[in-house]
Amino acid sequence: MPLLEVRDVHTYYGNIEALKGVSLTVEKGEIVTLIGGNGAGKTTTLRTICGLLKPRSGTIVLDGKDLARTKAHEIVNLGVAMVPEGRGVFSRLTVAENLDLGAYTRTDRGAIRRDLEMVLRLFPRLKERFRQIAGTLSGGEQQMLATGRALMAHPRLLLMDEPSMGLAPILVESIFDTLREVNREGTTILLVEQNAHMALQIANRGYVLQTGQIALAKSAEELQHDPMVRKVYLGID
Amino acid sequence: MPESALPARTRKRITPYQIAQVVIGLGFLAFVAWRLYEVLVVERTYGPDTWLKFAISGLIIGSVYALITIGYTLVYAILRMINFAHSEVFMVGAFAGFFVFEALKSLPVGTGEHAFIEVYPIPSIILGFVAGIATSMVTGVALERIAYRPLRGAPRLVPLISAVGASIFLQNAAQLMFGPQRRTFVNLPALDRNLGWTLTVGEKPVLITYTGVFTFILAIVLLISLYLIVQRTRLGRAMRAVSENKQTAALMGIDVDGVISRTFAISGVLAGAAGVMWGIHYGQIHAYVGFIPGIKAFTAAVLGGIGNIPGAMLGSMTLGLIESLGPGGLGMDFQLKDVIAFSILVLVLIFRPSGILGEVLSEEKL
Ligand SMILES: Nc1ncnc2c1ncn2[C@@H]1O[C@H](COP(=O)(O)OP(=O)(O)OP(=O)(O)O)[C@@H](O)[C@H]1O
Ligand SMILES: [Mg+2]
Repeated sequence: MPLLEVRDVHTYYGNIEALKGVSLTVEKGEIVTLIGGNGAGKTTTLRTICGLLKPRSGTIVLDGKDLARTKAHEIVNLGVAMVPEGRGVFSRLTVAENLDLGAYTRTDRGAIRRDLEMVLRLFPRLKERFRQIAGTLSGGEQQMLATGRALMAHPRLLLMDEPSMGLAPILVESIFDTLREVNREGTTILLVEQNAHMALQIANRGYVLQTGQIALAKSAEELQHDPMVRKVYLGID
Repeated sequence: MPESALPARTRKRITPYQIAQVVIGLGFLAFVAWRLYEVLVVERTYGPDTWLKFAISGLIIGSVYALITIGYTLVYAILRMINFAHSEVFMVGAFAGFFVFEALKSLPVGTGEHAFIEVYPIPSIILGFVAGIATSMVTGVALERIAYRPLRGAPRLVPLISAVGASIFLQNAAQLMFGPQRRTFVNLPALDRNLGWTLTVGEKPVLITYTGVFTFILAIVLLISLYLIVQRTRLGRAMRAVSENKQTAALMGIDVDGVISRTFAISGVLAGAAGVMWGIHYGQIHAYVGFIPGIKAFTAAVLGGIGNIPGAMLGSMTLGLIESLGPGGLGMDFQLKDVIAFSILVLVLIFRPSGILGEVLSEEKL
């Protein structure tokens, strides 16, 4: 049984149907990427999974539990953490407070401290800026903070919405290295990216989303060689 | 008009509003300077003892305002709305304290010669505060559930109208239930309104009432506790997160509705305590007793920078001092202290709408 199974999900904004029957699965231990152009519905898919949007129909099952009928703040407790598009750090709180909030629902103090050490090891920059107000961090540092904050939830499934957005190539490289490392330590990742090139390099499998529908579902390897993906998303003829 | 001319012109143009601002500002400053000169230099109306009395009463009323102001500011920080019914949350707390003290006054103890309130003065005070605080807390939480939560996500004006409606409803309900007459708080044996310490200033006595000192100290203790809750506790962190972005807060596992409820509960606790203090120190309450302190506290919130907790405290103390020193300083009738307070509101809105410490704007798009 997959860790996450999204089946025939339809999500609306008012009368606009943004997801027109999306189905996808994520197996335990995988990195799965969801690529697609602007407005394809990638963010909407992640927001529906983590409960910020409720689908009009369809099911979202995480380990036997129906997420479509669970409140957003309870979904965190089931082991789903999200790094939202545009990072969404709490800009008036300190780095330390942001990281604390990532572990908001947890009570196992010892394990929280270990996770904090792990996050600060992955992102030494955050350690230097520990007492700084998050709003004063650079864009790249905020991305590290948002990722670190999600890891503080010790998630089974990490949802990432365009971590590469607005970052210099070298930083993108390092964020993706970190994701690989996090994955190696047992966290399953569903990664939304416009940077298909990078995403397909670290993913096991990928889905291509077009106007609210899954257009392709293949292994990352196969997608890298798919003519349509090469032309539209990788920019190679 | 050619389009290329636009940027240059908008940069240089002085608007009629700016001219009005300068005229009003200079006029106001000239008026204040003239009155201060008359009162302080020419007429020397008051001696230092009187000024001290004014200042003390300013600090006391300022500390009561601060407790109420925090309620406006916390709710604003979290929901971006002005809870206009907050003054009634204060009022019901005052009534709860009143009825508990009345009950304890007529409750015989032991052989029946003495009332509970005489035999156990300190527990009586505690009971009065517990009742006031609990009543205001429940009222605040219920208010949010019934009048505001169903309107969450509606345009900003809608919950505001609901707040005004709830305020009028609560005033009228209180008048129906408790009667239209003014009620006089019992003069507590342990805290007699007419007693206090006497200082001698320039050979004149200045009475510092026990109730005044009690009110001031209790208010400061509550304000410090509130500040520590917001800055240091898990709930406080959650409140600040919700204030910044509700959706991201939910992604952290924060129960946003629960945090909003607790914010109203905390606001209610402070307003309830302020209500009972008001009764103990000033003596009289009625169904509309919340109106003036409520609108003053709102003024103080704007003055300090709404949504900002240190600003709420600073604004309240400033307003308390201005309205008690102001009439004397300007040589005006003491009835005009409310006029002075509301002139402050108008001036702040004209010159610095973000208040002294400035509103900390949220990233959240509404
Ligand atoms: N709050 C909203 N109200 C109405 N329509 C929305 C809203 N948010 C998104 N949409 C629409 O839903 C569709 C999918 O949007 P979504 O944000 O999921 O795209 P995306 O794939 O994440 O795009 P991008 O790569 O640009 O972030 C778009 O057509 C968008 O206009
Ligand atoms: Mg998106």
